Order: sequence, then C-alpha cells, then structure tokens
Amino acid sequence: MELSRHWRLQNQRYRLVGEVCDTCGVKIFPPRDICPECSKPAQELYTFSGRGEVYSFSTVYNAPAGYEEYAPYTVALVKLVEGPVLTAQLTDLGETEPEIGMPVEMVTRQLRTEGDQGMIVYGYKFRPALAAAV
Amino acid sequence: MRDVFIAGIGQVPVGEHWETSLRHLGAKAILGAMEDAGVDRLDGLYVGNMLSGPLNQQEHLGALLADFVGQRGIEALKVEAACGSGAAALRVGYAMIVSGLAEIVGVVGLEKMTESRGPETTAALAMAADGDYEADHGVTFVALNALLMNRYMVEHEVSHADFAGFAVVAHANGVNNPNAMFRRPITAEQFVRSGVVASPIGMLDASPIGDGAAAVILASRDVARALKTSRPPVRIAASAFATDALAIHDRSDLLFLDAAARSSHKAYEQAGIRPNDLDLFELHDAFSIMAALSLEACGFAPRGGGVRLAQDGTIALDGRLPISTMGGLKARGHPVGATGVYQVVEIVQQLRGDAGRNQLPNPLWGMAQNIGGSGASIITHILQAPE
Ligand SMILES: [Zn+2]
Repeated sequence: MELSRHWRLQNQRYRLVGEVCDTCGVKIFPPRDICPECSKPAQELYTFSGRGEVYSFSTVYNAPAGYEEYAPYTVALVKLVEGPVLTAQLTDLGETEPEIGMPVEMVTRQLRTEGDQGMIVYGYKFRPALAAAV
Repeated sequence: MRDVFIAGIGQVPVGEHWETSLRHLGAKAILGAMEDAGVDRLDGLYVGNMLSGPLNQQEHLGALLADFVGQRGIEALKVEAACGSGAAALRVGYAMIVSGLAEIVGVVGLEKMTESRGPETTAALAMAADGDYEADHGVTFVALNALLMNRYMVEHEVSHADFAGFAVVAHANGVNNPNAMFRRPITAEQFVRSGVVASPIGMLDASPIGDGAAAVILASRDVARALKTSRPPVRIAASAFATDALAIHDRSDLLFLDAAARSSHKAYEQAGIRPNDLDLFELHDAFSIMAALSLEACGFAPRGGGVRLAQDGTIALDGRLPISTMGGLKARGHPVGATGVYQVVEIVQQLRGDAGRNQLPNPLWGMAQNIGGSGASIITHILQAPE
C-alpha cells in the first residue's frame, strides 16, 4: 500500500530537504520546483535546520482511520527559522503545555503503522527545543 | 454574456437516509427541481460530489444520475472541489448557459456520508487537505480549522465563547426549516460546554455531516420565460471562483481567506453591487471560525472583527446581514458536496418569498459562498430577486 509514495518522500520526511529560489532567495518547503513567491523555477536543494517555533496547535481527540491508536495527539503549524511553515505533530511534550511561540526542534518518529503486517511510516515530528549542549 | 436564471429548485432533508441509495437521493432532488421548473428535458446535468468513490464505491455519477432521472443520452459529469463541489458544479452549469452551449441544464449537489465508520469518514474528508504534508501527519479536517481558530483567538485576543453566536443563530434558524438536520435551538452556554473534538473546536463549533441532495434547474432568459411554471425565475447576477494554496501552512496569510476576498469582490463587480446591498449571506459555516474569516474576507468586518458580528445581532434574521437563514451548514447540515447547492436553493426560497417562518422582508440580493477544503477553493454566487 502506497509504498512508493512514502519512499519518494524520504528526503523531506527524514531530512527536511526543500529548495531555495535563486531568483528571489526565498526558502521553500516542501519542494515544488516553482517559487511560490515569484513563480520562477526554483530547483536548488536546501536542507532546513529543523528549528522553529509553534505558530498554532490543536489536540486531536477524534482521529482518522490509521491514527486512532495514537489519539489524543497534538498537531501544530511550525514556523521554521528559515521562514516556511509546515504541519507536524508535537512529541515528547511530557508535562509541557504547548503554546504559540514555543521553540521546537525536529525529530524523527513513527507517523503511523498499517496493521501488524503493514509498513511503519516514519517522518518528522517536533519536540520542545532542548537547551543547547555547548 | 447571456443572463442565467434559476427556474426550479429541489432538495431532500439532510439526515441519515438509510433507506435511500446515493443515486435515488440525487434523483429525488433533480426530479423535484424539474417538476418545480415544469421541465421534462435537460441539455446537460452537472453533479457536485466529493466522496462517492471512497464512501460509496461509486464514481461516474454524471451518466448514472442522467440515466436514473430519465435523461439517458445527455451530457453529464461530476465536478469535484472538495466541500465546494456543489457550487463548483453550479459554476459549470452557469458557464454552459452563459456561453450558449446549452439552454437548460440541471445541477445537483449530492453526498451520502452516514454509511461509513466515523474514522473512515474522517480520513476521507482529510483528502481535501494536502495528503503528503497535512493528512499523513494525522491532521483531520477539524484539526485544520482548529489550527486556524487557535491562532485567531490568540492574535485577536478573543475567547472561544465569543464565537457562540454563530451556532446559536444557525440553530435558531434551523428550527423552522423542514429540510434541516438539527431543528432544536441551542444556548451559548451549551456551546461553551460542548465536548472538545480538536482543541479549541467543540462539538457545537462543527457542522454535522449527513446524507443530502439539492438541485437547481438553470435556463437562459428565453427558455426560462417560456416554462410552464408559476415560479418566477431568479437571476444569477454573479458567479466567481478563486483558489488559494491547498495546505494552510502554505498560505501567505493564515488568517485571511484570500480566495473568499477574490471571489466575492469579483462577484460584487459582476453584479454591480456593494457588500452593503446584500440582504442575506449564506456563508460556509462548516466551523464557526470559517464564518468569522468569511465575513472578514468578504468585506463585512475588519480583521479580527468577524467574530464581533456574532455578538451584536448583525447576523440574526432581523439583523443588518442575516446569515445561515435556513440553518446554515451548522444546523441544516453539511453533506459536503451537496452543501453549495443547498445554499443557493435556500436563497431562491428567500428571494421568491417561500422561506416560511424564516422569510426575510422583501430581500433583493442574496449571496452564497461555498468553501472547498479549509479555503483553497472558494466559489461565490449572487442571486437577484425576481422583478
Ligand atoms: Zn522566488
């Protein structure tokens, strides 16, 4: 089921590979090969740092098929320090109440499983940013 | 450009129609509209539907429905733009008449949603979002609206309770609509206390899904005038469609429905009116946050001011801009691909003076706005009362 679709997304799911527009300089995630700002071709790859902040969030109680075992879980819009906003789950929250503006960083986690025999889909989630280990 | 008129309307009550199949639900609405218009022959049929594939294991609805309403042989096709499918189908039918490619066509919005398990329906609805970058992360359709609402509440410093007026007005208006799914009033207190679906969205922020079908017959001026019906034709004074980024994270401004602004302003220009000329607005209150954002983008309130209209009486039946006059998505129900046609059918009822106990006093202009996804496809129609 959808093996090739998930395989195609590996550079985005595991490494946050996007693009940068060499005309206007805007950073783009996910990659689309056309700059959403200036509509010029933009194919130069750019790997994002994975650091950002929570732009909005919601805790989901009624999950769709395939995600029911994880509910409730918290999804968020994360504004990356390089500019783009993406949608991802928050993880490793512990006792932390999420809030808008909270610094977060990307980690790789399980997104879903497809039954006992099915594949396990991994991808990015975001956790509260840890203090820099100098 | 030729004028386009709505010559007939038909609808079935929104609800759980276990005894009626997808095709018969659609056929009932179409045959009702054909009878209302006094016609027995159509040049074409345009079916607005989002989820018949995943939820009913049936595609190819154009040919199926044409055959089952006695019109085998005509041009017929399905039009899909997520929850905006109904109005998108209307736009296609409108284009056929405006262009002179057809003289009389049927448009039906149709959805049958209550036969699947809740999580499967939730997953199917999430197909309106970006599959790779939203839905795969467990984001539901409700959650997308919750992300908008949470940001709105923080940015504009309003509370969840401030949105109660949208649901209270919709439910009050649904009481008198025999086609509404919910026909009981609710209080602001019930709104605040309703269970959370995806924070901050509660049960009473969200419109209920259901089975439903609504239809209109469109005709050119000459054909509409010659029909054997006592119903006065209602003119479609404007039809406009605009898009935005599919994923909400790709929007240039998360809290502004750019496609609503674009399509409504195009529509005002076509109709030659200003927002204040409108006597009613059937907006897409799938969630209370959508109602607030739609009012702002269409020019009725400044940013952050949409929610105030739910508090000051503006949107009630006796207010300056009545919305959801027959219950809206919130109380009439939201059978997704059918909704856009229900909105237009209800405006025709108001403009004909057939809205029963919810009848507005002599309305001249009504606007319908149907939203696909969380704002990526927005279709606006303006209707003018018969002379
Ligand atoms: Zn650019």
